[in-house]
Amino acid sequence: MSEKTQENSLKGRIQGFVKTFGLPRLIITGFLILLLIVAPFVGADLPTQISNIINRFSWNGILVLAMVPMVHSGCGLNFGLPLGIISGLLGATMSIEFGFTGSMSFFMAALLATPFALVFGSVYGWLLNKIKGGEMMIATYVGFSSVSLMCMMWLLLPYHSPNMVWGMAGKGLRTTISLEGYYTQALANILQINIGNLSIPTGAILFFAILAFAMWAFLHTKTGTAMTAVGSNPDFARSAGINVDRIRLISVVMSTWLAAIGILVYEQGFGFIQLYMAPFYMALPAVSAILIGGATVNKATITNVIVGTILFQGIVTMTPTVMNNMIHLDMSEVIRIIVSNGMILYALTRKTEGTK
Amino acid sequence: MNKNNISDLMRRFSVPLMFVLICAVCAPVSGLSPSYLANEIVTRMGRNAFLILSLLIPIMAGMGLNFSMTLGAMAGEIGLILVCDWQIVGIPGMILAMIISVPISALLGLFCGKVLNMAKGREMITSYIISFFINGIYQLVVLYMMGPIIPIKHTSIKLPRGYGIRNTVSLLSMRQKLDNLIPLTIAGIKIPVATFIVVFFLCLVIVWFRKTKLGQDMRAVGQDMEVARDAGIDVERTRIISMVLSTVFAGIGMIIYLQNMGNIATYSSHSQIGMFCIAALLVGGASVDKASIGNVFLGIILFHTMFIVAPKAGTVITGDSMIGEYFRVFVSYAVITVALIMYETNKRRDKSKAGKQLALEQEAANE
Repeated sequence: MSEKTQENSLKGRIQGFVKTFGLPRLIITGFLILLLIVAPFVGADLPTQISNIINRFSWNGILVLAMVPMVHSGCGLNFGLPLGIISGLLGATMSIEFGFTGSMSFFMAALLATPFALVFGSVYGWLLNKIKGGEMMIATYVGFSSVSLMCMMWLLLPYHSPNMVWGMAGKGLRTTISLEGYYTQALANILQINIGNLSIPTGAILFFAILAFAMWAFLHTKTGTAMTAVGSNPDFARSAGINVDRIRLISVVMSTWLAAIGILVYEQGFGFIQLYMAPFYMALPAVSAILIGGATVNKATITNVIVGTILFQGIVTMTPTVMNNMIHLDMSEVIRIIVSNGMILYALTRKTEGTK
Repeated sequence: MNKNNISDLMRRFSVPLMFVLICAVCAPVSGLSPSYLANEIVTRMGRNAFLILSLLIPIMAGMGLNFSMTLGAMAGEIGLILVCDWQIVGIPGMILAMIISVPISALLGLFCGKVLNMAKGREMITSYIISFFINGIYQLVVLYMMGPIIPIKHTSIKLPRGYGIRNTVSLLSMRQKLDNLIPLTIAGIKIPVATFIVVFFLCLVIVWFRKTKLGQDMRAVGQDMEVARDAGIDVERTRIISMVLSTVFAGIGMIIYLQNMGNIATYSSHSQIGMFCIAALLVGGASVDKASIGNVFLGIILFHTMFIVAPKAGTVITGDSMIGEYFRVFVSYAVITVALIMYETNKRRDKSKAGKQLALEQEAANE
């Protein structure tokens, strides 16, 4: 190839990069870089900030990863994430109820959450197969209904562990349950690295890396390739002999299970189990994170997950400190709402093939 | 054919029937007196009818349930906050608030319509996210700009820090002014005559609007966008107009709603309103693509009866007041979920039916 065409292709590649990367993402990346540059000048400690971002990445990464299978199979963004989160919460509370402590309780919570995630995921997937084309709206409301149903269940289910129920009544779970003595920091403490103010929760990041690698590997197996085919063109996939409904069902179950594991990892970092209305809006940050990472309604990669989570969590953690130090005005909540929902809106209005 | 009709009818009225059952079971258990119930329902009818009626126009234009009616609600709240600060009381205050809200709603409706035109086929999820997005902007305006940029004089509605609006703004000067404009009490039931007149007027407007050229166009667009386009209708413009109208009505409806309540919860009044209005409309037997004025009123009666009796009945049955609270929230969401699922399955069934019909016709033609 001659030099000129190479140069052209380089220029074209940059333009193509900007085009595929999208203007909103560039703005968000620029904003985060600006925050990182400004931070030391307004008196925020940079290593603390960076370890905050890394920590929050390790909490949220798997919840964002849960978006990938359903996007691949053409089911759109999984606004029904709360359903998977509820499976995780059931596993977590049961693990404590059965008297497991320490790191063992994390393992048992994941184990106990799995059957729930499989059952809920199957029903949810079966439902989504009935209503192809309207997945996202119905997913949202399946999530809402299940959360509000569980609000009643948390009160009615026969939990007795004194660490979880209301002290006075002796029944009904509390809204927040401390994980002290259970699995708080269960993953983060494994091989944790501390350099000055910088601390890296190696275990939690490794756990995310293993799941992300497994997802990547899965997408390259026969079933995984079939999933991508179903997502990009269902009719073509069907004529190639792929059972479309079955593949979609698998993707939904995977997504639900990942959400269940994701919330457990989130809790081990956060240190508390949050019940009742807490899972209600948890889908939105995950959805906007993967979109900020460069995914579209019908295309998502592991890179999108990693980049998106870092960018989103970076903005969420950096804005309050920088803003507070700079102008003594905490607008972070408003900025978070506008950025995350604006991003979802942007993705929904893009013309995309395959989703009709 | 006849049997088919009956099963069709059953399917259409399954949700209202279910609610009649829930209410029939819960009402006696709750131990509330019939006159109290009747009073509450009449009050809530006056409070909510205008808001719910604003949902009808986008359904007519085939844009589904307008989750972004909250945009109008926010515009109405901004109008009321400003009027409160200017200390204009009573009916004139309300009218001024409406006048302020209309251009804001129209602008928001225009934005919403434009965005929805870019997201055809997923209007509902998009309108739902728009309501969140604009809520962020609303908070930016009310929490940070009111004070330094938009002048607010009175400290009673300002936050102690000097800018931004307090969590609750009292509307004592306007409280139920419209409801009590023409006082009437029949058998111990207070009837907000003036509010009902306004609602009745909106019903007339909607009935009249359906018969105008624009209304007809809207229905054509709702039926089939491509056919409407071929018939020379400007589809995009028609859809935008339907959103603007809906948002403007929602803004006025919110002002009527809040004058009945007597105070504004500045940051939460609007957030649930869309969900409850949509649930009430669906309970009345409406579906995503078909809704009438009758559905609105039936829906208010059934939904709000459930809403009033469920917490009490829950307390009586389980001894825990929170169960009933959660139950009514669950029912609201479940109703919307079921309605959405029914709409999508019906759409698919119709599509496959049409496909089969086409195949049969082609076979016949080949023979």
